[in-house]
Amino acid sequence: MKIASVVNGKRQEMEVADNTLLLDWLRNELGLTGTKQSCEVQVCGVCTVLIDGVPVSGCTTLAVEARDSDVTTIEGLRGTDFYKRAEGVFMRHSAVQCGFCSPGFILTVYTLVNAGRKLSQNEIKEALNGNLCRCTGYKSIIEAAVEVIGAELARKI
Amino acid sequence: MSALTIVERDTSAGRGAVGTSHDRIDGPIKLSGQALYVGDLEIPGMLYAKVFRSPIAHGRITLLDVSAAEAMEGVVAVLVGSDLTDIDPFYGHAIRDRPIVALDRVRFIGEPIAAVAAKTMAQAEAAAKQIVVEFDELQVAANLDAALAVDAPIIHDGQTAAGFAHGLGKMPDREGNICYSYALNTGDMSAASTLNEIVIDHEYIFPAVYQYSMETHAVIAEHTGTEIRLWANCQHPFLVQSEIATLFNLPISSVRINVQFLGGGFGSKSYTKMEPLAAALARKAKKPVRVVNEVSEAMVTSRRHNMKCRMVTTAKSTGELVSRDVKIWLDTGAYADNGPRVTATAGDAAAGPYRWQATQVRAHCVYTNTGPSGSYRAFGATHLQWVGESQIDEVARCAGLDPLEMRRRNLLRRGEVVRVKGKPLDADLIGDIEKVAAALGWGEERKPNRGRGISVGLLAAGAHPVSMATVRMDAAAGVSVMVGSTEMGQGTRTVMAQIAAQVLTVPMSKISVPGTDTSFTPYDRSTGASRSTTVAGKAVERAALVVRASLFETAGQVFGISDISKLFLENETVTDGKQSMTFSQIITKRFGFAGGELVGHGEVKPESGSGSYEEGPVFWEVCIAGAEVEVDRNTGVVTIVRTSSVADVGRAINPAQVERQDEGATLQGIGNAMFEEMLYSSDGDLMNDSLLEYRIPTMLDMPESMKCIIVENEDGPGPFGSKGCGEGALAAIPAAIVNALGDIGIDMYELPLTPERVWKRIQQIQQTK
Repeated sequence: MKIASVVNGKRQEMEVADNTLLLDWLRNELGLTGTKQSCEVQVCGVCTVLIDGVPVSGCTTLAVEARDSDVTTIEGLRGTDFYKRAEGVFMRHSAVQCGFCSPGFILTVYTLVNAGRKLSQNEIKEALNGNLCRCTGYKSIIEAAVEVIGAELARKI
Repeated sequence: MSALTIVERDTSAGRGAVGTSHDRIDGPIKLSGQALYVGDLEIPGMLYAKVFRSPIAHGRITLLDVSAAEAMEGVVAVLVGSDLTDIDPFYGHAIRDRPIVALDRVRFIGEPIAAVAAKTMAQAEAAAKQIVVEFDELQVAANLDAALAVDAPIIHDGQTAAGFAHGLGKMPDREGNICYSYALNTGDMSAASTLNEIVIDHEYIFPAVYQYSMETHAVIAEHTGTEIRLWANCQHPFLVQSEIATLFNLPISSVRINVQFLGGGFGSKSYTKMEPLAAALARKAKKPVRVVNEVSEAMVTSRRHNMKCRMVTTAKSTGELVSRDVKIWLDTGAYADNGPRVTATAGDAAAGPYRWQATQVRAHCVYTNTGPSGSYRAFGATHLQWVGESQIDEVARCAGLDPLEMRRRNLLRRGEVVRVKGKPLDADLIGDIEKVAAALGWGEERKPNRGRGISVGLLAAGAHPVSMATVRMDAAAGVSVMVGSTEMGQGTRTVMAQIAAQVLTVPMSKISVPGTDTSFTPYDRSTGASRSTTVAGKAVERAALVVRASLFETAGQVFGISDISKLFLENETVTDGKQSMTFSQIITKRFGFAGGELVGHGEVKPESGSGSYEEGPVFWEVCIAGAEVEVDRNTGVVTIVRTSSVADVGRAINPAQVERQDEGATLQGIGNAMFEEMLYSSDGDLMNDSLLEYRIPTMLDMPESMKCIIVENEDGPGPFGSKGCGEGALAAIPAAIVNALGDIGIDMYELPLTPERVWKRIQQIQQTK
């Protein structure tokens, strides 16, 4: 089926098979390889992308589900001021190791910022529970996430 | 290896040099998704592969028909065993027991039988479904007991040759399904037995565990007829290069491997995995082919050995240790992979770093009809430390001693023999364990149902100490560090840059550390065994010192100074205290124009002997941690309240990265101890082969507090007195957790500590009271 969506601000019109996964479409057709593939069963979060601002797992979402929608991947977030600030915080906490999970974490943190609600550390942990990391032990990531979310919400007030 | 600390700690250094937590140099491209992993690469003309794997655990192939698959749209080639008649198709760095694809027999569910290369992944998958195979099924030995039974099916009955890189001396003959045995004896067991007043004797079970590097095994192969090119996520590119060259009868230099970033490794990508299959398929297809494992495939490509162990520890009533007798059986699955080394390391870890009258260790590596087991972070030590340390605590309880005091009395001191013929103890274990105990609040009052445990062990680290590095300084004083340590998350590129920055006083921003290309990167044995900073880092330091010597040589000529010991480096200049020249000026002077480069080569090799396992290790990695746990006696649920660990690193090149290593190892230790377990049915089927059923720790599994204490005694053989880290906490945490449960009367002999297992044990203990 032919779909039209806006991916990272750019309009894409393309014929896709009904069974094409959003992840495969983004990676193979559009070359957006910042979105990674791992568990393929919506557990690990490395394929997190946003459809109209809502995080979804690209591995269990069909490309056709993104029709007439705004899709944001890490490539779309990369140039934003938010991203630059978040990168600085993640770097300072050394909250990146192999990097395979990192884009997914950044996108999920971004949605928490956009939700605009003050969150406790436990709520942030719950929200990030769908993003796995096998390297860090999470401590540095939760510290970075708490700082990013706190700072971004403070900017908005 | 002896420490060669030429550069003093406080020489003027580049920004971000040794001892500072400089930002990861690869952090920004990873966070932004720009770092490329093998699965992100497109090679022109590349085909996509689907591996057709065995649906049964043990059988002879009576029919294999791939004609329908070959006729499918988009299919370029289908690889089968009969394509390999012109080569010796067996590989395995320890034992050459594994065919590239099954020849006439399959030995585990998931063993590759054929592989399809097609223009799209969908075409490859569709074609693989058309492959027809029939078997004469054989009896299955899906676990240790079945494989060790008198009437067990013999899983390998043909001749197998020793592999090229096992490092274990003469490999003994196979005995039934036992492919390797390791023995270690000290003292006189029968004489020691007269002293026994306390005897602790149990059997222990450790589960099979999946490493789960989030990026699965991936490789792109191209075979041109005279050259093989691989883009692979292998941890040990140079060992893979050798093995591929041998398999396909090519000179080593005709196999070129490119390794950029690995999305985690943890041992799962050590040695050779999917590369031979990819290369053989590419050879047949005459086009580049990409093979990427799914998680279910990765789980049967490499895993941690499950283990059965019987241990007897004896002591005097005062708590003075007397003897230890250990029997270990490790399930290496259908092919040996790194099983022999894991077995030897487990054997070494069995006695623990204590003073004994006598010890006797027998460790066996056993074939079963399950997916092959290989390396996983802190192998051997993770298997044995919780067993040995829980017995030390049991002895302490019998003797009425505090576990910390028990260890103070019995632990080895620096310089004492750890393993006969091997390196003596090179660390202060008592100092270290005091620190983790203090961080845990040892001796402070505990809340009800809360226990505290500590554990100590050693891990033979460094592997074979052979690494090279090249450091190049360009005419603008930019520096490239060519070193074969693969970046798999541990931060090796940053550490190598810091070492070069320290020696050359160049800012980190002017140093690049590219990925490995075996055509240009000098040899490095492997990335594992906590060796990169220590061994490859030493090679980088030496290479940088050669560049420094070239700078001194030219500057000395310009300054008219023949004694270059009067020269030193300071902020990208050479000076004798009076005159100075920038590096760029020196290079321009040396070559007569603003070009050329200074190239330094550094080499690390065994400083005495052969560097064999027996003579090693390069250093003993300290495995020390503590844990406080809380148990709900009604449900068996155990919560890890806090942990502490020691990173005894000699010198922390990058302290933040050291902490991240310990934190990551701690959480993996929690997963290994608490819930990770690969479950095989009696017919050899892995029942939890996805992340839905096989759970790894999430953010909600973090303890309230994880404390990493960095100990810097500058006593390592690496650059600036450093030694490796990153594995110790994984070995030590499960042991600390088990001991914390023992502290409140719940001795556990089987991992993982699922609520069901703990609850049953609590009932059992109550009934026997």
